[in-house]
Amino acid sequence: MSETATGLRAPPRVALHNNPKVRSAFYQTVLLVILVACAYAFVVNARVNLAAQGFSSGFGFLANTAGFGINQTLIAYSETDSYGRVFLVGLLNTLLVAGVGIVLATILGFIIGIARLSPNWLVARLAGGYVELIRNLPLLFQILFWYLAVLLGALPGPRDSIGLGLQPILARLAGATRWLGLPDAVAQWWQRLADWVGPPEVYLNNRGLILPRPVFGEGSEFVVAVLALAIIATIALGLWARRRRDATGRSFPVGWAGFGLIVGLPLATLVVLGAPIGFEQPVLRGFNFVGGVRVIPEFVALLIALVTYTAAFIAEVVRAGIMAIPRGQSEAAQALGLRRGAMLRLIIVPQALRVIVPPLTNQYLNLTKNSSLAVAIGYPDLFALFAGTVLNQTHQAIEIIAVTMAVYLLISLVTSLLMNLYNARTRRLVER
Amino acid sequence: MSAPAAYVRRDMIGPMPPPLAATGFVGWVRHQLFGSVFNSVLTLAGLLLLIALAVPTIRFLVVDAVWDGASREDCLEETLGRPVGACWPFIAAKFKQFMYGFYPDSELWRVNLTYGLGVILLAPLLVPRLPYKTVNAILFFGVFPVVAFFLLVGGVFGLSHVETRVWGGMLVTLVISFTGIIGCLPLGILLALGRRSDLPIVRMLCVIFIEFWRGVPLITVLFFATYMLPLFLPGNWRIDPLLRVLIGVILFAGAYMAEVVRGGLQAIPRGQYEGAMALGFGYWRMTGLVILPQALKYVIPGIVNSFIALFKDTTLVLIVAIFDLLGQLRAAFADPNWSTPVTLFTGFAFAGIIYFVISFAMSRYALYTERRLDTGVAR
Repeated sequence: MSETATGLRAPPRVALHNNPKVRSAFYQTVLLVILVACAYAFVVNARVNLAAQGFSSGFGFLANTAGFGINQTLIAYSETDSYGRVFLVGLLNTLLVAGVGIVLATILGFIIGIARLSPNWLVARLAGGYVELIRNLPLLFQILFWYLAVLLGALPGPRDSIGLGLQPILARLAGATRWLGLPDAVAQWWQRLADWVGPPEVYLNNRGLILPRPVFGEGSEFVVAVLALAIIATIALGLWARRRRDATGRSFPVGWAGFGLIVGLPLATLVVLGAPIGFEQPVLRGFNFVGGVRVIPEFVALLIALVTYTAAFIAEVVRAGIMAIPRGQSEAAQALGLRRGAMLRLIIVPQALRVIVPPLTNQYLNLTKNSSLAVAIGYPDLFALFAGTVLNQTHQAIEIIAVTMAVYLLISLVTSLLMNLYNARTRRLVER
Repeated sequence: MSAPAAYVRRDMIGPMPPPLAATGFVGWVRHQLFGSVFNSVLTLAGLLLLIALAVPTIRFLVVDAVWDGASREDCLEETLGRPVGACWPFIAAKFKQFMYGFYPDSELWRVNLTYGLGVILLAPLLVPRLPYKTVNAILFFGVFPVVAFFLLVGGVFGLSHVETRVWGGMLVTLVISFTGIIGCLPLGILLALGRRSDLPIVRMLCVIFIEFWRGVPLITVLFFATYMLPLFLPGNWRIDPLLRVLIGVILFAGAYMAEVVRGGLQAIPRGQYEGAMALGFGYWRMTGLVILPQALKYVIPGIVNSFIALFKDTTLVLIVAIFDLLGQLRAAFADPNWSTPVTLFTGFAFAGIIYFVISFAMSRYALYTERRLDTGVAR
């Protein structure tokens, strides 16, 4: 009896319009009705407008002939192919620049992020200046700068191409020795070394970057198979080494062994088989290069801009991740006698990765989305080809923009999904 | 019995001063720059890099630069007989185009008046010590946009109508940035509140909206606004191209702003909500009087960082044929009267300095507020 007196009472009766449940249901219904009405109006308007302009709707246009050429295709493509094929070409080009960009930006970003925390004052300041400069300039500005001013404006034509490689460096060293007034014999020694190395393999000019083309001769499948075997063996070795270390405490130099396996075995196979994989060197003939692969300047400019821009942001992410590690960790590592390199590799980075990975994912997504700025310089990525050229030719604005948006959305969702999985794994490892 | 007097030191000797080579500038250099072989190599490499970058830059911008002239002839190596750096007469000749686009000459005072008003209202808002912040904020965020709109567009009060088609350069950059900033903040706050709402449908819609705009590149949003939006509206509605872009920018920036504001909302302890409810506040009074003022204060640096991103992103409008500063720059490069080998670098240097100074100032201001609020808030 007393329980009912002091315990729960039935909630007071409130007017219907004050009942929270009724109110929330009412507001949400109103919101939904408004949204549905807007959507309906959009559809009706679009239908009327399209009919007035005489455009058809639907995805039938994907099968029509495109009729324009593309200056970089990863798959076979000709002007007689369909718009659907154009879409594929563009998608692959986007994935190419995003993939290469992510790898390079990660490397550069980690180097600069660590340099910003370097005990060397000058190095830290230089890295800081780089980050400030790059982060405060618009990306499109940088893309246009690299493309218009550097690639097309400042680089020489094919005849005066800049060679990249060992030989130009050695030749430059020879020049520097002469300039310093050192004995001529030294300069000649450098020069002879340069001649011995042979002409450079990579050239840069205002028509792009010219790389040697790999040539796969007879028996090259065998080398690839050996390479795959070596990778599998290295993974197995790593697993074994970890188990042994857990059991006995003795570590095994997996890094060196793996390096030997992955690099050494295929090289040995190459030698045994008589070099079935070779490189076709680009050679200047007349006004242009013959042989080799030409990377179009649009790709080079876009890649440089995306990599340097994203690297500045990754550097900040890396710096924040490393600074999130308590000082005691690095002090303990120093007390154990670890050098700075080993300390970073074994103590700091594994812990910092936990903090770094989520914002790093964001940067990867940003890079992928930013690659759509390619349209400004005419690199044939998904956006430039599909939402640019195809939209201009077919006027199927709704379908094309919806598909383009959906592709980027899908890339974003898949990437964040993968990164979340990785993130969950590292977190589990750390908590053990 | 007297013991032989022995000297017993009672006080510790004070520490000797550190050797000269370990303190002061010399010590700092030895320790920081040449502490070990590897460190010395790094320092030397850094020095070389610094010289290799700084010397040509200064030579280009100042030493070898051409300061006056009337045409491309004055910026050619052949005419001057010396290496040529930046061709500043090019900037001087195109300055009006970079700043105002093709806004009619006789009406330029309207743009300048708008700039002046903006600066007069903004400057006191940024200095925390000055009074009347509320009045100032209302003037800047509420009254100024209206005044600026009528001043720039015209068509009333005897001002002639100026079409947005002839706007350009810095004017467009600032108009888009400012409108984007004014528009995206309320949208972002609403979306952030919606995302944390108890109403499931509202929450879901907000999540979809935010994740959608954050998942696509801004350029697709601009294309959406430019080519798709007109199709969705009744055929007789003509939206100005600049307005279309503004809508796209606000939707896009609003989604990012929502995530920043959400961070602030999450930082508010539950007790604040409970306290407000205990006072009998309903949802809107609780949010407006208790939660938002604190949440927004937490995320001021984040908000300013979003503004910087927005400012930099305005450059993208040149892809949908609206000529902001970068667009006008690119258009100016096509002028054969000024085509010299140094024109491109001069133009990029000029625009780069403008973009850098504005973004850098904003990021420093964000840092400054962050520090100021850090000491002010006891956590």
